[in-house]
Amino acid sequence: MAVTLEKVADRPRPLYDVATHYCPGCSHGVIQRLLAEVITELDIQQRIVGVASVGCSLPIYHYLDIDFVCAPHGRAPAVAAGLNHALPGRAIFTYQGDGDLAAAGMGQIVHAAARGDRIAVIFANNATYGMTGGQMSPTTLLGQKTSTTPQGRDAQAGYPIRVAELIAGLPGATYVARMAVNNPGNIKRAKLALIRAFQNQMHNRGLSLVEILGICPTDWGLSPAESLTWLKNYMIPYYPLGELKSI
Amino acid sequence: MKGCEAVGEAALKAGCRHFYAYPATPATDLVEYMARRLPASGGVFMQADSEISALGMVYGAAAAGKRSMTALAGPGVGLCQESISHLAASELPCVLVHLSRSGPGQGNVLPSQGDYFQATKCGPGDYHLLVLAPSSVQEAADLTCLAFYLADKYRNPVMVLADGALGQLVERVNFSDRDLDSLPEIHWEVAGAAGRPRRVISSICFSVSELAEHNLKLKEKYRDMARAHTLFEVYEGQDAKVLLVAFGTAARVAAKAVDKLRAEGYQVGLMRPITLFPFPSDALKERVSQVKAFLVVEMNLGQMLEDVERAVLGQRPVDFLGITGGAVPTPEQITAAVKETWEKHC
Repeated sequence: MAVTLEKVADRPRPLYDVATHYCPGCSHGVIQRLLAEVITELDIQQRIVGVASVGCSLPIYHYLDIDFVCAPHGRAPAVAAGLNHALPGRAIFTYQGDGDLAAAGMGQIVHAAARGDRIAVIFANNATYGMTGGQMSPTTLLGQKTSTTPQGRDAQAGYPIRVAELIAGLPGATYVARMAVNNPGNIKRAKLALIRAFQNQMHNRGLSLVEILGICPTDWGLSPAESLTWLKNYMIPYYPLGELKSI
Repeated sequence: MKGCEAVGEAALKAGCRHFYAYPATPATDLVEYMARRLPASGGVFMQADSEISALGMVYGAAAAGKRSMTALAGPGVGLCQESISHLAASELPCVLVHLSRSGPGQGNVLPSQGDYFQATKCGPGDYHLLVLAPSSVQEAADLTCLAFYLADKYRNPVMVLADGALGQLVERVNFSDRDLDSLPEIHWEVAGAAGRPRRVISSICFSVSELAEHNLKLKEKYRDMARAHTLFEVYEGQDAKVLLVAFGTAARVAAKAVDKLRAEGYQVGLMRPITLFPFPSDALKERVSQVKAFLVVEMNLGQMLEDVERAVLGQRPVDFLGITGGAVPTPEQITAAVKETWEKHC
């Protein structure tokens, strides 16, 4: 009997066929693949500009075959706003981690949302500074051990910031969601949120922000499987998932 | 026209349609002028939440190949140094208009030249800005136009450094077209990779060899700039025994002092650097044999002085008159200082 083989899954075209620098289990690879799928499905590979930030998120420009600008630490939303003014109608997004967006760049993201800049912000939250070796970030949970909170973060070191809720409170932000990439169902939902974020941005409705909870097994000191459990047990209760705002 | 307005109008005439700024005194008049003029000219005006964000937006618009500008006052430049370093490293053109005020710290909002170091010696890393220092409203307009040209030509940020007094000065301005060489077409901007390979605008070089190569390429560029665009003006220099060296507002007053002193029979002249980087060191060196002494006049406590001393290399005395606190030197202060230098060295 003749067998006809049909290809049912492939690497999305915008994703370069290269090995990434990411550690085993890291969520950046999952999120970046989702981005590549979304870019393909929306057919925007030739009219999208990404803004890379500082941290483990930075080398995204090595993995996606699209125009990129690399921003100074935390400044990605401002750079993206300038790009949007210069290139109306294009898909413009930032890819930022929690150290970049919620610490050095808090001023930029809050005011970009306040202005309603027509940009999509992809915010990868793994509750630690990945690239610099697992220090406390603004989204590190209370009790979470990091290299700068070796006994676990206590309130004296500050409370973790719920970025999606903060941004959703600003009128200029018109699509805000928090997703996670810890299981296939959530990964699918995250992809839908990314699609909505880009559609919202390209229709000039205001700022879109998709916070995506992910894992950092290396800096958390857990195996990838343990990390996924930790995300489910500790991160999601503090950072609830869902669409917070869709106008 | 006010200095601030002349700069804004010159920027519009040079094709600047993207302006982002934080309203910091004494740069506010320029910010307000652009707020009035840009939307009507089909451009983008955006008041930013900080100089840091303003530079971020300049960075984005410049990356898309648009002529972009910001207006800064002294302390705001400090906030921007990170972004300026990125712009220079990523080779993005833009114009930074810097109307300096008195410091350090909060200081006051009166005019000063205390940001000479900050403008010419730059922020983190190993790079340079071109720094143009006008001393009249007409020259502020001309140099703003030149700044856009040089920014595009060299793909480098260019700073127009004036002080708050020049921003407020009202003089006649003629916006005649500059006779500038044509610029090469832009072929590096991002816009979405349609019909071409994708592009990345970045200042990151991961390996030692890659970064060294990049930095040496930038160094070559700075050398080319210095060869082609070191600008200065010499006033009454022909037989000067005392040569004043001053820029910007201080140079305006120094020129008046030269006239007074010449009328009294003193052989005194003025060298006015127009580019502070590249600094006209060679032009100063050439005058060492003729001049008995140099007198640097600045509205600070001795910043350009260091560049003059480096050019003169101890071959002649270099005296200094520094005015600080937000005051502009008077012709009398300068003539008195010249006479003192004359007594000592001539």
